[in-house]
Amino acid sequence: MNRFSAQLRVLIWKEALVEARSRETVLAGAVFALLVLVIFNFAFDLRVESSAAVAPGVLWVTVTFAGVLSLGRSFARERDRRTLDGLLLAPVDRSALYLAKVIANVAAMLVVEVVAVPAFVAIFNLRVDLALLVPALVLGTVGLAGVGTLFAAMAAHTRAREVLLPLLLFPIQVPVIMATVKSTGAAIRVPGVEPPEIGNWLGLLVAFDALYLGLSVVLFDFAIDED
Amino acid sequence: MLGPNGAGKSTFIRVFSGLMRAAQGHALIMDRPAREARAHVGVVSHVTYLYDELTAAENLRLYGGLYGVADTAARARELLDLVGLAHLANERVGRLSRGQQQRVTIARALLHDPPVLLLDEPDTGLDLAAFSLLEALATSGGRAVVLTTHNLEAGLRLGTRVAVLSRGRVVHERGSVSPGDGPALADMLRRLASA
Repeated sequence: MNRFSAQLRVLIWKEALVEARSRETVLAGAVFALLVLVIFNFAFDLRVESSAAVAPGVLWVTVTFAGVLSLGRSFARERDRRTLDGLLLAPVDRSALYLAKVIANVAAMLVVEVVAVPAFVAIFNLRVDLALLVPALVLGTVGLAGVGTLFAAMAAHTRAREVLLPLLLFPIQVPVIMATVKSTGAAIRVPGVEPPEIGNWLGLLVAFDALYLGLSVVLFDFAIDED
Repeated sequence: MLGPNGAGKSTFIRVFSGLMRAAQGHALIMDRPAREARAHVGVVSHVTYLYDELTAAENLRLYGGLYGVADTAARARELLDLVGLAHLANERVGRLSRGQQQRVTIARALLHDPPVLLLDEPDTGLDLAAFSLLEALATSGGRAVVLTTHNLEAGLRLGTRVAVLSRGRVVHERGSVSPGDGPALADMLRRLASA
């Protein structure tokens, strides 16, 4: 095993162990997502004919907000406890550090989605095509976590990081969220309503994920620097 | 390395440990830029750099993996034994006392057997026994040690050279040092602190 993969493996092991023992990120994200879904349920009167158009947006607003919580915590916790300095004192490949965080964030967000999606389906009384929904969820989550991890590292330097992270992230996320909402819409089945064509949205999502991940790997070294 | 608060001692350690870039000039360790020499440097400061959720042994295995230490589990056991914490190897760091955490920090800094050790006011967080242990470990093995401290007595006892920092500059330097230099250095530090 080369040095990069050995470092990546030990960093992922650390992320998993810390989260499993603290349960800070997943638990907070899941509870937050459920609360947002309940609020949406009271706020919108989703009739059968309107649910196909509105529901994908509801799901992704929920996932994105819950995701921002997780992303923010991932670096804020390391900064506050100065453990990030400990990692940076070691001759660690910064790309390994970034990828370990992305993998941890994707995993945490997917766990939140495993809780939130059944609740979403039940609350809004929907039927979904899992074969279409799962790729949309996974690709959308990778897109969100890829750039989100980079911006979380940048925002963690600042005092107003809770405000700064969504301000930086949401504008950049527009193409990913658009493609994800369209892909999710194609997976929702409403009786008597023809589902929209998925078209090239999943392909676009793959392209944006690859672009954002590639750029983030390159830029992470600058984002993590103190000066 | 001596100096009053705000003299730049911690910044010096951060630059030479590769955590910060120097605003001017170059920080070289073993003829290499500090950032490229991180594998040869160990750092102990008042910050532990340890994960509260992991056990002492797990913390050492994590850092051992990052430094590329062969057989990290065995090395972690050896060092925990050396710092007197073998019986607490499987205890989470968050449940250890401050002094015990600092002992794990000493083990973390020595994990990769670095030829250069940077000690940033380590006496701030160490109890007396742990500081004596650090002294013994730091001065053994023929490694170069840079110690920043407020503790003039410890500095004179441990140091073979002394530099006094003020406002980011070396204002005084001696190639050799002895306990007899104490009064003059103490007077200089008092003047710098009140300047």
